Amino acid sequence: MYSNLWLIPFFPLIGSIFNGLFGKKIKNEAVIGGIATGLMFLSFLVAAQNLFKLLGDTKKVHELVIASWMTVGNFQLNWELLLDPLSAVMIMVVTGVGTLIHLYSIGYMHGEEGYYRFFCYLNLFAFAMLMLVLGGNALVMFIGWEGVGLCSYLLIGYYYEKKSASTAANKAFIVNRVGDFGFLCGLLTLFWALAEKGVWTLNFVKIAESGHLLESGGLLITVVTLSFFLGATGKSAQIPLFTWLPDAMEGPTPVSALIHAATMVTAGVYMIGRMNGLFAMAPATMMTIAIVGGLTAFFAATIGLAQNDIKRVLAYSTVSQLGYMFLAMGVGAFSAGIFHLMTHAFFKACLFLGSGSVIHGLHHAYHRAHLHDDPQDMRNMGGLRKKMPITFITFLVSTIAISGIPFFSGFFSKDEILWWSFGSTRGHWLLWLLGAAAAGMTAFYMFRLVFMTFFGEQKTDARARDHIPESPFTITIPLMVLGFFALIGGYIGIPKILGGVNRFDAFLAPVFEQAQHANEIHAHGTLATEYTLMAISVAIATVGIFIAWVMYIKNPELPAKFVARFSRAHKVVFNKWYIDELYDFLFVSPCKRLGTFLWRGFDVKVVDGVVNGCAWVIKGLGTGLRYTQSGYLYNYAMAMVVGVVVIVGFLVF
Amino acid sequence: MADYLLSMMTFFPLLGILILLFLPRDNGGLLKGFTLAVSLITFAISLPLAFDNVFTTSGGMHYREFYQWINIGDFFQMNYNIGIDGISLWLVMLTTFITPITILSTWNAVEKNIKGFMVMLLLLETGMLGAFISLDLFLFYVFWELMLIPMYFLIGIWGGKNRIYAAVKFFIYTAVGSLLMLVAIIFVYYYAQQSGTITNGFGIQELYKLDLPYNAQFWLFLAFGFSFAIKVPMFPLHTWLPDAHTEAPTAGSVILAAVLLKMGTYGYVRFAMPLFPDALPTFIPFLAFLSVVGIIYGSLVAMMQEDIKKLVAYSSVAHLGFVMLGVFALNLQGLAGGMIQMVNHGISTGALFLIVGFLYERRHTRLITEFGGIATKMPIFATIFMIILFSSIGLPGTNGFVGEFLALMGAFQGGLRWYAVFATTGVILAAVYMLWVYQRVMFGKVTNPKNENLKDLSVREIIIMLPLLLFVFWIGIYPNTFFSKMNPAMEQMLIQMGANPVAVVEMHQPAAVEHAVDHAETQTEHK
Repeated sequence: MYSNLWLIPFFPLIGSIFNGLFGKKIKNEAVIGGIATGLMFLSFLVAAQNLFKLLGDTKKVHELVIASWMTVGNFQLNWELLLDPLSAVMIMVVTGVGTLIHLYSIGYMHGEEGYYRFFCYLNLFAFAMLMLVLGGNALVMFIGWEGVGLCSYLLIGYYYEKKSASTAANKAFIVNRVGDFGFLCGLLTLFWALAEKGVWTLNFVKIAESGHLLESGGLLITVVTLSFFLGATGKSAQIPLFTWLPDAMEGPTPVSALIHAATMVTAGVYMIGRMNGLFAMAPATMMTIAIVGGLTAFFAATIGLAQNDIKRVLAYSTVSQLGYMFLAMGVGAFSAGIFHLMTHAFFKACLFLGSGSVIHGLHHAYHRAHLHDDPQDMRNMGGLRKKMPITFITFLVSTIAISGIPFFSGFFSKDEILWWSFGSTRGHWLLWLLGAAAAGMTAFYMFRLVFMTFFGEQKTDARARDHIPESPFTITIPLMVLGFFALIGGYIGIPKILGGVNRFDAFLAPVFEQAQHANEIHAHGTLATEYTLMAISVAIATVGIFIAWVMYIKNPELPAKFVARFSRAHKVVFNKWYIDELYDFLFVSPCKRLGTFLWRGFDVKVVDGVVNGCAWVIKGLGTGLRYTQSGYLYNYAMAMVVGVVVIVGFLVF
Repeated sequence: MADYLLSMMTFFPLLGILILLFLPRDNGGLLKGFTLAVSLITFAISLPLAFDNVFTTSGGMHYREFYQWINIGDFFQMNYNIGIDGISLWLVMLTTFITPITILSTWNAVEKNIKGFMVMLLLLETGMLGAFISLDLFLFYVFWELMLIPMYFLIGIWGGKNRIYAAVKFFIYTAVGSLLMLVAIIFVYYYAQQSGTITNGFGIQELYKLDLPYNAQFWLFLAFGFSFAIKVPMFPLHTWLPDAHTEAPTAGSVILAAVLLKMGTYGYVRFAMPLFPDALPTFIPFLAFLSVVGIIYGSLVAMMQEDIKKLVAYSSVAHLGFVMLGVFALNLQGLAGGMIQMVNHGISTGALFLIVGFLYERRHTRLITEFGGIATKMPIFATIFMIILFSSIGLPGTNGFVGEFLALMGAFQGGLRWYAVFATTGVILAAVYMLWVYQRVMFGKVTNPKNENLKDLSVREIIIMLPLLLFVFWIGIYPNTFFSKMNPAMEQMLIQMGANPVAVVEMHQPAAVEHAVDHAETQTEHK
């Protein structure tokens, strides 16, 4: 039985509460970090146990009701968990990568004032993320969905004394709330639509069973899925809501690795996978998702070409890779999307942690040399491969993986996505082109990063150069483990045409197959086409790497010339296509102006004007009428005479 | 004992006042301690209600007490007619729960005329409790007016700089509404008397059965609705609220937000809607519209405030919009969402006013620009503030979410679909104004030297906040404690409002559905 499923989110919750309440008193970093990491590891063990049980089980969908949540009349909602192959993959990624990043943080956050606070939030995040992926109904998922948003807010704003950090935190939460608005609308519409058909549920299994009650391709299902997709664009940083993710790099680097690369930002992809039955029924939504995904992959890659901050490059790379995953979901390649989610979790977490290791080393060196250079600026790096060999090798492996070079993990997943975007019944060659172009740029900017950081001459200030150490083992062990998986993680999903058995695909088939069959979603094409496309994408990646080599190793003066030649284009790309400014102009400023107007203009002037006006009129009337009460007899007599005259006159005429 | 529980609970504070009057006026500690004890005993008296399982099975009135009061032959009959059901239960509990908290919060805040202040607080408690348990329209009116007076003095005597303007504004706004309601009450009474259906004075349960013509219902609903809309407050009748809140002392603001505003929403649920069910559908689109406008308007205006307290006040307008939208959905989910949101707002916004009070006591200012970087100086305060803040913006897992979600869901099911969609934008705006103010007050570096020596919360202040935090999570994680006792009463009430509480049901058990619908229909016919 799977009755211990609840332990998976429970362990990190306990850790979070413990460190939140007592961490400040304990002060001992080993205890605080050890408890947080240890509990995460326990959670990983339980997750692994459940995965193996599921692998050997013929029944692939298991539900566990923990308690009731809201019972109002006939509306009954439970705290319930759901284990199926999809959530099994996710809990393994979250607890596995999560444990490594917790371990990494023990060393990386050493000496920080808010050490306990950091681990409290990090554990809380793991809890929320596990609720998100294990949630058995849409509302438990939403608890996790907003919970990870909360933790993201707390961790981006970890250095809250920095204005840029707290602003980035606010931005992340608010932009995510825009997405949550979509999620809620989708939820409410879906619930209402199914209720009209007589099924009153938010339970995922029941939703999947009764999805057919809605008209396939109809307006309703399109609205529902588009609303949910809006939610996904918020959480997973897609066009139009991607702007918060690059700013989110204000958080400590382990946070960027765990939340803003490996797990939370993939929640949108997971959500679509979770409700693939509904999405498959809405071709218009699927097309939208594919286009948005493809465009995001492309545009984010262009921005990544020109950034100089090591973490920002990785951030845009994440946005771009998430775009790939959405592209996959949009063309119906659900398991390929989840596959890429997993391999991406390995190599991108490794890349972020590697960048953290570099920053950590440079920070240390600058500190020793009493310098205040920016340890994240790649223009201050170079030649680090000798100083930090382990960091360098793991980083290089992951870079090769993300670039899509054969036999590294990223190659298998990315190639499957590209093939589907071309050959799927929901695909199009233009989508393939977007993806392929993005792949070329990815290879370029990732190798640009590697060359600028680890190769060439040392550009670090001479005074700091000798102080750059390789990071301690709590940092390098996670790097090595993740690097290892970045290398081999793809081998569970070798495509058939390369002579493999796609075990990953087969494992997830029970979740996706039905929707794909029912809606005639499959990839078709000759073997020759598939081989050709594969060859082209590898060629594009190689060209990208070659250009990077030419520009940053062979002729290091080329980039400057290039920028000078295309200064306008570079400026646009460097400034992120001015999207932030555009949103400020379109939404933020008008909202503020409207708020001020409603307050000072409407509330104070109009409403209170009327209220005070009434008071003023009454007061005026009172003052006026006071003169009639003069107390002089002749005044009253006069009034009576006038009154008599008026009445008589009225009666006579 | 149980026979007189409600009366004991309601008038115990009054008894306290009698003794309070004889205590020395310059012994502040004694006065405060005594008042606190009185309010705690009142809470203890009310506590058995919360554990009584009769509410889970029966939606009718319990703990009834009935005495003839003013009796002028057949001409005029007013009775002391009280009782409690699942709808008033949690509002009564909220009142007895929040009063000791407010008294504890005034420990250092009030310096002038402590005795008077305490008398007013206790008088207010009697008024509020009485209003929630009255089953006689006239008795309700008496308690309703009784609440007005102490609140007026709380603002007018112990308030801030602009207190007289705020107090008069508060009084006039509410008095205008009250007068309209009084006229309507008298009309209903005489109509009932003429038609000969009435045997029990102003008893609302008899008045529910009254079959008024549509035209009469229309005007009567308008009168009642207007009066309650001022109290809620609904847009555009809300402008007394920011002034009253800003000028009132912390204790006044907390009670005003936590309980007094609920009089308006409760008035709709208990009186305006079930008394005039035929006129109700005419007004619902209009009222739902005003609710949604309130949500968006309140949020936008809150966003731009410079005074933290005013910001919280405007956020109340938005929150109450959710309550009203849920109530107007006319189904169980919406009503349950609205009712629980009333309690939630009492807890979260009450707590926010306490938080503003903590800051004000330390710095004697509420201007956002005066603060910044407080989190480094007051970490416990920062944590509590943040939890309350997220409860206020309805983060899942906290109380705010349960209420907002059910209200929205009810509205969606109840034909107010587009209203619900627009109301949902409120979740974005709430995050905007709340996180922004938190950032400006709590984050960053301390730039104002006056903030350098701020002390973190004292033990007393933490004790004040702990019960509120408990309920933030309790309602968020296991609201069924509350729903199970509200459900039967809400079902009855919806039938009275002419709605079918089981309109949408799970078809998994078709037999049960038909049975339930039959049940509802027979009840409606019976009426």
